Order: sequence, then structure tokens, then C-alpha cells
Amino acid sequence: MKNWMKKENLLWLGLIVLSYAVLNILISAGIINNVYKTVLMTIGINIILAISLNLIIGITGQFSLGHAGFMIIGAYSCGVMLKSFVSGVPGVFLGIIAGMVISAFVALVVAIPTLRLRGDYLAIATLGFGEIIRIVILNMKITNGAAGLILPKAVSWHMIFWAVVICTIVVVNFGRSAHGRACISVREDEIAAEAMGINTTQYKILAFVLGAMIASVAGALYAGAFYVIKPDMFTYSKSIDILVLVVFGGMGSITGSFISSTLVSLLNTVLQQFSSVRMIVYGLALVVIMVFRPSGLLGRKELTFSGLLKVLKKGKGAAQ
Amino acid sequence: MLIVKDLSVHYGVIQALKQVSVEVHEGEIVALIGANGAGKTTLLHAISGLVKHEGDILFLGNSLSKADSRAIVAAGITQVPEGRRIFPDMSVTENLLMGAYLRKDKAGIEEDMKMVFERFPRLQERKKQLAGTLSGGEQQMLAMGRALMAKPKLLLLDEPSMGLSPLLVKEIFSIITSINEQGTTVLLVEQNARMALQIADRAYVMETGKIVLSGTGEELSASEDIKKAYLGG
Repeated sequence: MKNWMKKENLLWLGLIVLSYAVLNILISAGIINNVYKTVLMTIGINIILAISLNLIIGITGQFSLGHAGFMIIGAYSCGVMLKSFVSGVPGVFLGIIAGMVISAFVALVVAIPTLRLRGDYLAIATLGFGEIIRIVILNMKITNGAAGLILPKAVSWHMIFWAVVICTIVVVNFGRSAHGRACISVREDEIAAEAMGINTTQYKILAFVLGAMIASVAGALYAGAFYVIKPDMFTYSKSIDILVLVVFGGMGSITGSFISSTLVSLLNTVLQQFSSVRMIVYGLALVVIMVFRPSGLLGRKELTFSGLLKVLKKGKGAAQ
Repeated sequence: MLIVKDLSVHYGVIQALKQVSVEVHEGEIVALIGANGAGKTTLLHAISGLVKHEGDILFLGNSLSKADSRAIVAAGITQVPEGRRIFPDMSVTENLLMGAYLRKDKAGIEEDMKMVFERFPRLQERKKQLAGTLSGGEQQMLAMGRALMAKPKLLLLDEPSMGLSPLLVKEIFSIITSINEQGTTVLLVEQNARMALQIADRAYVMETGKIVLSGTGEELSASEDIKKAYLGG
């Protein structure tokens, strides 16, 4: 059993290295040009956003509609750092750290009163908090208000790639740990979890804060990669975009979030040329997915190599 | 072992428990019987620390009135909630591990896991299966196994027979007796008064938030009032 787990992990590691190498080759060969590189970075940032919200919604079962609020904290921490204090890659790192600290603090302040609420009430409360964070940033001097910040490019796709890898490892390991199991039990049945002696509030807060910190990393990378940040890029509709990624991939499925982030980002890019029908097609695609796969593309399942092997074996068996 | 004194619980303006006093001695099976809405589950929830209450609850000489649900589990009281409330998207093994959540002794946990599997061989056969895919009876066994993983001194069982076939009800009750014989005290809430009174050393009858009768299992089984009200003539 343990050996098999190790094998699975090695295969994942192999996949990470392989995809990194392939992407590098494709970029240096010019097959992935600058336009595609931008798409690639968007996909990476969306993946980080999706898995961070998945930790809160999918694993712990707490409905949050304020995730853009934590993304904007990361974006502006990094933006202000790059603009006013330290430039270049060190500035990005400092910005990421500052963003994580601030968003952890804000998430704690948000979580303690709101996580006593459940379901729809929690969603409304977090939605409000997300907007409050945005309005505060809109009215601050150092953030340059509604005009936003124009930044030098400081984040390469390499950084985003490894950030995706690190954030995924953090979330996956958390999900598999005893703490993660406690979070899942809160999602499954809060009263039963409480009856087992689990401090449900504490785990809800833990997942919420961790998710907020990871979202701020995505925000910081966004600021460093895409030149311009403005408060109106991070309204509640951005929170809903992130929610769509999670629901679309399957709540609780990390590999599902990967697939949905990739597909949705690609879909958005393809549709950009047809701006007038873009939202219609996008909306239709969502409706179709929800009708045919109501629990998302993967539901709560994960794609694994052992699962893939099983499917392959079955296919072979059927062929014979 | 457990002394509940003048316990009252309010849900808003409704008073669900009116100064209820109950005692459970070490080694006993005590049954709480009564109709829907009598307050049986509320009493168990109050003992588990899941609802706010007035009055005093003493366990092994210590007051639990101010303790939260974690401290109560740690003190040795575990509840098997009504309707099983297993974690459906977790495997059987993971469900059992959640029961041992507050324990730190890995060797002891493993040993108790074996013990639970010995007691419920059907759980062992399905240990990797998702709990939500188990049958009702198996889920009840899982809920009981999960509670036993906390190594309780006092086990609170809320309607273990609910929604089970008569044959399974018999099996569950014989399991309760054997758990009790191995040293765990049991406080049992049941609608199935006949079965409950058969295995209980003592029993309390509840009606609209009050204890209206108490006595040994045999006494209550023989009582005319009880026969009429709960045992069907």
C-alpha cells in the first residue's frame, strides 16, 4: 500500500518535470509564442485560485463568495511593493509574503464572525466582506485609487509554474493530513464532527485562512505578470469566476480544478475574438456542463495514475 | 457515573426539557423511552454538550455543565447520533479514524480498529468502501464502531434501531448488550420500547420534556400504563 503511494507520487513528480521540460522546449522553439505564454500564465493563476477556493468550498464545505477580496490583497501587496519599495523578482517574493500575511490577518477577522453562519448566509456575508476589501483599496492613497497601478513586468511563467506546483502540494497534503480529514468531516456532517470532539469552528477558520493566503499568492503573481491592476478587476464577479472554476471541475477535486481552469481559460481566449457572443457561448457552456455533469467534471474524484491504470486494464480486458 | 440534575433546555420560546433528572450507574444499560418530541434526543445532546442548557451534569464526579463537546468526548462520553450521521464521502476506515480523533496513542488506535473489525466483520469486508454506499444496518454498525474508537466510558446511543429491519434490530441490540458486557456503560434512547426494555437494567419514560416514570426494565415492561402507551396493549 505504502509503496504504491510512493509510486503514485513519483509518477506525479515525473509528470511535473516532464511538463516543465516540454513547455520550456515549446517556448524556446517558438511554438508557444507570447500570446500563448500569456494564456499559459492565466491558466496557472486560475489554477491557484481554483484550488485555494476548493480548499474552502470543496474540502471544508464552507461557501465563500469573497475570494476576489483575497486575490486583490495579494495583487496590491505585490503591486505596491514593486512600485514603491523593491523592484524585480525580490519585490515579487516580498510582495507575495506581505500579501499572505495581510490576507491571513484579514481572513481571520472575516472568518471569526462569519464562519458561525452556514450556507447561503455565509455566502452573502463573505460576498460583502470581499467588496469591503475592494472598496478600502479603492480609497487608499498608496494604491492610487480607481486608476490602479501600472507595473513593470516582474513575473515569468517559470515562477507561475512552480507556484502552481507548490500551492498544489500544500493543498493536497493538507487535504490528506489528519487536519484535512477533520475539515472533510466538517463538510460531511458538522454535528457528527462536533460529536467526535472536532473543533469545527477552528477547522473552518484554518481552511478559510489557508485558502485566502493561497489566493493572495495568485493575486501577487497576477500583478507581477500582467502590468495593470485596478480595483474594478476584482469585483464580486471575479469571485464568481473563481467559484465557476471550482464547481465546473468538481467540488473537492483538485485535479478537477486543474482541468476546469485550463478549459475555461482556453475557452475564454478562443472566445475573445468573438466578443459580442462571448458571454453567451460561455454561459451556454456552463449550462451544458451543469446539466450533464451536475457535480462538475470529476465530481469528488481525483485523476490518479492508479485509476488510469485500472481504466487501461479494463479497456484491454474488453478488447480481448 | 452520570448524574443529570434539574436539566432544562430551551429552543427559543419552546422549553424542550423541564428540569429533568437522570442517573446512570457504572456498567448499566439505561434506556430512555418516549414518543416523538418528548425530549429524548435533546437530553442526549445536552449531555454531549451540543445544546445550551441549565442545570447540572456530573460525570465521574466532575461537572460538565461548562464543558464543550470536545472536553466531554475527552472525558469519556461519546454519542452515536440519531440517523447514524456517518461521513458518507469518507471510507469506512477513515470514518473509524475520525472517531479516534482526540486520541494520540497510535498503537491503541490500531488495536481498537482491530477490535471494531472483529466485532463488525462486515465493516472489515468493506473497509475501503465509501461509507455512503453501505446499507442502513452497516451504517449503524459503522456509527457505533466510530463511537467505540473514542474509547468511551459511557456510550450514548440515539435510536439505533431507526429504519432497520426487525432482524437487524435484533442484531444491533445484541451488539449493544455485548458492548455493555465488555465494560462500556450505555445510555440508550429508543422508540422501540419493547426491545429497549428487554436489554435495559433501568429505564426512564419521557413525555413532553419531563420524566414521567422510571424503574427497572422488567418493572416497566410489566406496567399496565407502559403496555398501553408504548408496547401496543
